Formats: sequence, structure tokens, C-alpha cells
Amino acid sequence: MTLFGYRVPMMASLLVWCVVWEIVGRLDLVFLLPPFSDVLAAAVGLVQTPSWQSATVTTLRAFAIGMALSIVIGVPLGVLMGRVKIADDLLGMWVNIFSSAPLSAIVPVLMILFGFGEKTIVAAVFLFAIWIIVLDTRAGVRHISPSLIEMARSYGASRPALYTKIILWAALPEILAGIRLGLIRGVKGVVIGQLLVAIVGYGALFETFSRNFRMAEFWALTIILFAFALLIAELIERAEAKVEYYAGARQ
Amino acid sequence: MGATALRNGPSPVPAPIDSIVEVRGISKTYGNVEALRGIDLDFPRGKLTSLLGPSGCGKTTLLKIIAGLIRADGGTVAINGKRVSAPGPERAFVFQDFALMPWATVTRNVAFGLELRGTSKAEREEIARRYIAEVGLAGFEDKYPHELSGGMRQRVGLARALSVDADVLLLDEPFSAVDEQNRRKFQEDLIRLRTNQNKTFIFVTHSIEEAVYISDRIVLLSPRPGRVSQIIEPEIDRSGDPERIHRDRHYLDTVDEIWQGLKQYVE
Repeated sequence: MTLFGYRVPMMASLLVWCVVWEIVGRLDLVFLLPPFSDVLAAAVGLVQTPSWQSATVTTLRAFAIGMALSIVIGVPLGVLMGRVKIADDLLGMWVNIFSSAPLSAIVPVLMILFGFGEKTIVAAVFLFAIWIIVLDTRAGVRHISPSLIEMARSYGASRPALYTKIILWAALPEILAGIRLGLIRGVKGVVIGQLLVAIVGYGALFETFSRNFRMAEFWALTIILFAFALLIAELIERAEAKVEYYAGARQ
Repeated sequence: MGATALRNGPSPVPAPIDSIVEVRGISKTYGNVEALRGIDLDFPRGKLTSLLGPSGCGKTTLLKIIAGLIRADGGTVAINGKRVSAPGPERAFVFQDFALMPWATVTRNVAFGLELRGTSKAEREEIARRYIAEVGLAGFEDKYPHELSGGMRQRVGLARALSVDADVLLLDEPFSAVDEQNRRKFQEDLIRLRTNQNKTFIFVTHSIEEAVYISDRIVLLSPRPGRVSQIIEPEIDRSGDPERIHRDRHYLDTVDEIWQGLKQYVE
């Protein structure tokens, strides 16, 4: 970003919006919006409470399990669809429907299936994250140069070797892109799941704060969540950049 | 069959003394396009045979059938007298687009055939280093393919094929994606390599000059359906300076003769 001919770092715009928030908050126009400094103070206080800490552990665990499941199931499913036409014909339609459907509507059904607990949250993360991982993996496998596969075959690669030494690696850039998008959707899944279940993790906290109009803490929690989602996306993006470096020479 | 019968009868095409690859009645159809029809060919051991023809004559298809990468609709391929229908360790393939793994170093790419065979890491890297030097890439062992030029990448592909110690090397237009200067150098290297390595080469090309320059035997294929139209054995002395071949009388005559034969297929 450039301003009056000067290069301004991206963080600067964030700073401007924080100042605007602070001013609007101080003017006391809307009670929903406390000054930004209050929110920061609330964040510092919040992270020290045992309720936040245990909520964070619950949330992270549900998120991690849900993501692990969607990667472990999603990548092989995507590879299968990319390699086997029948599998693609059978599953393609469903994967496309689920990847674009408003999944929040299904979360209440999950509650009936899995009860008011962590299982529902894990299921929500899984349901939000897996489809894009499947689709991107499938696209990656589809784009592998046929001669690379012929090469492996001509040098005597067994079927497992073909998959672990060639196909997974050749599709890795797309797989990682799918996982990155999946992680972002997974954050959505964990939040929506917890909000609807409302008695576990961050969902319970959000519920408490908004019921009691504790807006500073409400915003503090929101900001912490946003920061977490951004951090994860950033980390995966770095890994992707490294992989892109090798993929740059793809024929 | 007695020697007298041979002498008295109409002289047949003399069968090669020792053929390592025997192709019998190979045919292949894609949809309703007949790519190959009734191909019978023998590839003599230790020689370089080129499959030459205009595009669409099925020369790459034939090479891939010999490699076991494509299944023929009819006919058989035998290597060392044994029928084959799948890839095997006695054959190694060099690809037109190099087919290198972009995520692996030159050493790992060259050693990949051995890696698939379960050779130990130390041993296969030792072998790989030797062949990397053999194709003139010493010093590039730890580079990645995208750091190399097209010509160098194909040298990696060639080193990979050499390192598995196959009897037959199958090369599918290996120089078509390489620039002209590198191609010349590469062809000279191939002539040298052939004398050093004592392997059988089957070489697909659409360049008449290239075929005559490097081949002991040239199989001319005619298009739609692909059939053997002529077999030529250019008698060119390749022992001296490779540069000299390009001005050799016999070289020029053979190129011209083949061109006269192929002209009819060019629209």
C-alpha cells in the first residue's frame, strides 16, 4: 500500500482501524462497541481465566481431531477419485454438493446424531473441512503428467510405490492448498458447532458474554479466534511456498 | 533348412544373427484409427535401431508397446526370447518430456530405478554418481530439475536409464525438446556412449538427419495404418570425428534417399 508516495506497511491500515474503533468506542454511541483499549484489556484478563483456558483446550482438541480426520479420509478419497473413474462418477456429485451447501443447516442434525458434546463439534469440523480437501486433491492427481506415471511403471514401480513415491508428491501442491482452505473452513465449523451446541468451549463463552452484554470480552474472544485462523492459514501458506518452489518445474 | 536350399532359393532378407528384441504381428487400434498393422521386426543386439516416420505412423506407440507401457491388440514382443507384456528390468525408457521428479535432486532422479528395485541408498547413489559423470553432469548432483536446462534434464533422463543396467534402451524422441546446439552435442555423446556401453538402443525420431547420423539400422514406418515400409542400414564409418559424418558422401545420399521415400506422405 502506498500513501502520498510513501510505502506504508499493511499493518498500518490495521492500526488506523484500531484508532477509529477507539474513537467510536469513546464517543459511547453504541453500547455494543466498547473502546478498543477496553477490548485489549479484556483479552489480557480473559486469557488468564481458567474458563478460557479449558475452553481453548476443548476447542483446539475438537479442531485438531476433526482436521486430522478430514485429512486422513479426504486425501485418499481425493486420490481415489482422481485415479478411478467409477469412484469419481459415484462420489463426484455428492462431494460437489457438500462443498457448496450451507452446512450450518446440518449442524443441528449432527447434534441429534452425536449428542451435545465434543463429538458434534468434531463432526462439524470434519463436515466443513473435508470436501475442499477432496476436491483439491482430486484436481492435483488429475493434473499429474502422464509421462511421470509411465516413468514409474517402466522402472518397475509397484502399485503402493507408485502412490507413495509419485502420485502423492506430484499432487502435493494442490493437496496443501486444499488443506489450507480446509483449515479455514474447519475454524468456521468449530465456531458454528460450538455456538449451536452452546455448552462447550468457545460456544459456551460466547453465549455467556453475549447474554450478559459483556461486550469487551465478547470482542476479545472474537479477535483471538480471528488471529488463530489467520495464523494457521499463514503457516500452511509458508509450507506451500516451499512446495511451489519444487513444483515450479512441473512439465 | 540346408545351406544349399538357401543358396538356390530366392535370396530372402538376411535375418539378423542375434536379435534381442523380436516383434511379431503387432497391431494396435485406437477407437477407429488403426495405429499399427502387422508389425514384424527384429532388433539386433548391440545396435542402434531408429524408428523413423512422419507423425501419425505409430512409432511412439510401437516403442511403448515394446516397453510394455501400452498393450497391443494383437501380436507378441519377445526380449531375449522371452515373451513380455509388461515393463521389465531388461528395458529402460527415456521420455520425450524427460519425466523427472521435480521434487527430487538429480542424484535421486538418476537413482530412482534402483530405488524402486530396493538397492541400498549408499550403493544406488554411488552408481548414480558414476552415470551422472558419464553423461557429463558431474557437479550437478544436488541440483533440482528446474535448475537445469532442457538438454541437461534429458541427460538426467539418460543417466537414469543407464543406471538400471538394462540391455535395451528405449528412447522416445529424446532430443525433440532440446535446443539445436545441445541436440548436436547430445547426438555425438550418444554415438560415443553406444560404443562404450554395448547396449541395444531403440530410438524413435522424426528427423531423417538424426536417424541417419546415429543409427546402424533405420526402420521406416508408413502412416495410417503404421506399417514397416523399408529397412535401411546406412554404412557410415563413425569411428573418427563425429563432425566428419555430416559431410560424408554416404550420409548425404542416405538422407536424400529416405527423403525421397517419405515425401509421398507429406501433405
